[in-house]
Amino acid sequence: MNVLFQTGAYLLAAFMALFMIATATTWPFAAHGVVILAAAAIAAVYTVGGARFTPNGSWILPDHPEDRYKDDVIRAGVIATSFWGVVGLLVGVVVAAQLSFPLLNLDTEFTTFGRLRPLHTSAVIFAFGGNALIATSFWVVQRTCRARLAFGNLAWFVFWGYQLFIVLAATGYVFGITQSREYAEPEWYVDLWLTVVWVAYLAVFLGTLVKRREPHIYVANWFYLAFIVTIAMLHIVNNLAVPAGFSAKSYSLFSGVQDALTQWWYGHNAVGFFLTAGFLGMMYYFVPKQANRPVYSYRLSIVHFWSLIFLYIWAGPHHLHFTALPDWAQTLGMVFSVMLWMPSWGGMINGLMTLDNVWDKIRTDPIIRMFVASLAFYGMSTFEGPVMSIRAVNSLSHYTDWTIGHVHSGALGWNGMITFACLYFLTPRLWKRERLYSLRMINWHFWLAMAGIVLYASSMWVAGIMQGLMWREFNAEGYLVYGFSEVVAAMHPYYVIRLLGGLLYFGGSLVMVYNLWRTIRGDVRAEAPLVDSSGKSAERPLPQPAAAE
Amino acid sequence: MDYNELRHLADSWGLVFLFACFALAVWMAMRPSARRYHDDARMIPLLDEELRDEEADR
Repeated sequence: MNVLFQTGAYLLAAFMALFMIATATTWPFAAHGVVILAAAAIAAVYTVGGARFTPNGSWILPDHPEDRYKDDVIRAGVIATSFWGVVGLLVGVVVAAQLSFPLLNLDTEFTTFGRLRPLHTSAVIFAFGGNALIATSFWVVQRTCRARLAFGNLAWFVFWGYQLFIVLAATGYVFGITQSREYAEPEWYVDLWLTVVWVAYLAVFLGTLVKRREPHIYVANWFYLAFIVTIAMLHIVNNLAVPAGFSAKSYSLFSGVQDALTQWWYGHNAVGFFLTAGFLGMMYYFVPKQANRPVYSYRLSIVHFWSLIFLYIWAGPHHLHFTALPDWAQTLGMVFSVMLWMPSWGGMINGLMTLDNVWDKIRTDPIIRMFVASLAFYGMSTFEGPVMSIRAVNSLSHYTDWTIGHVHSGALGWNGMITFACLYFLTPRLWKRERLYSLRMINWHFWLAMAGIVLYASSMWVAGIMQGLMWREFNAEGYLVYGFSEVVAAMHPYYVIRLLGGLLYFGGSLVMVYNLWRTIRGDVRAEAPLVDSSGKSAERPLPQPAAAE
Repeated sequence: MDYNELRHLADSWGLVFLFACFALAVWMAMRPSARRYHDDARMIPLLDEELRDEEADR
């Protein structure tokens, strides 16, 4: 696009930000005006500074079309994913510490659990997960279509626009701006901005599919496209709201149980299409690639895709068991959740069986080991989820920390591990390095993360089930046996164990960042290979052969 | 259209329609003649992209 138009758009945004600052009735809204003003100014300066005149006289940002693929934006995506991953996990450790030791709320409104918790969830899901999805989808769609990203530098707009969305959302939570919808906390003007960015993302992805040189659209792109389209639909419908004037406050278009159902239709499908379909897109490309084997059954992958699409969208009502939602709708949500078990396990089996005949790679290739662990956790949490959606189980598990344990076995195990594996896959290739700085450090990362997940999930299972049982315990006279505070006190040891698990997982991510940073610098660590020439694993010192042999 | 009509449409013709769409999608994947398509598409990530570009240009 012509730089003149682009700069004009940035200046227009800057004027709107000035208007925000000038007319704001609350300081957080004005602060967001400052953030937008700064972003618009930086964008304008970089656009004009980087622009060049082409021989035919037009004034544009160079796009380097001589490169086969547009990989610079993916390099930025890998860095952003690592950065937001560390930030999101760190905030997670902080909020876990606050639950164990309430003193750490620090007695200011900005650092209370209530404000930092959405910061943690949005940072790990949308900042870490979202950047990973955007970066890997750009990588996969170009390679499997043998086409460069469509619309040139629009991909850069998607990247930086998404970072601005993250910064606005994160600062908003700390300032106290929220529309109180779980996983959809940002207010109306941030939602509008994300809509613009998301439409640009859809345009880049679809445009690349349209100009593909490959006759078929590989199945990973189906999953990515379903993720992009469905998130657009969910985001728009769930955020239909009427702003209260030009301010950081809005009111939902829906009310009562309709509002609740809209929110959980959104909330559950954000899990289904953001954290599942999108990441399955990664799985269907990167697992075959790293194993150097085609996917086990392409036919199964198609059936997996359509079953997931047709079933997931109905599962949301299981979040509203025993509420004002009509019984038939609750039952519908439960039945569809239980049916979802089948496509989920179909997908897991498809991923795992891709390693058929090369199972030894789990022992010898630490990246494959991470993929396998992530698929195992995918299978485990997609079995646990349907069980928890059954009304009888839900009467025990709902509102307890069992739910938190379930979510984290999925998020840390499935989403985290597959993203780490993809980052290890992408970094040496994106920066044209011979190999990663260290393969042994992947092992360290793997075991730190695994130990962290085990501590986290098991402590939350125990805490949650205990919590549910204590809440419902009543004596012969019909009185509840335990007060709320007694239940909280009983959970303290498990909260401390959870904190320890979170610290281990966070430590693993730091090992990864160091490894990736040294890889980008071009260093190679002097270390013994993981496998010796006889194919024996040298992960530990090899046992000395017995004398008799 | 009020709540009741919508609710009864959902558990009758709406359900039939969506199930038919799903059955069609599964049939498209499972029918025997889809095998050739799947065998090609399955290999896409593993093929040498530059070589295939050269073949296409020829």
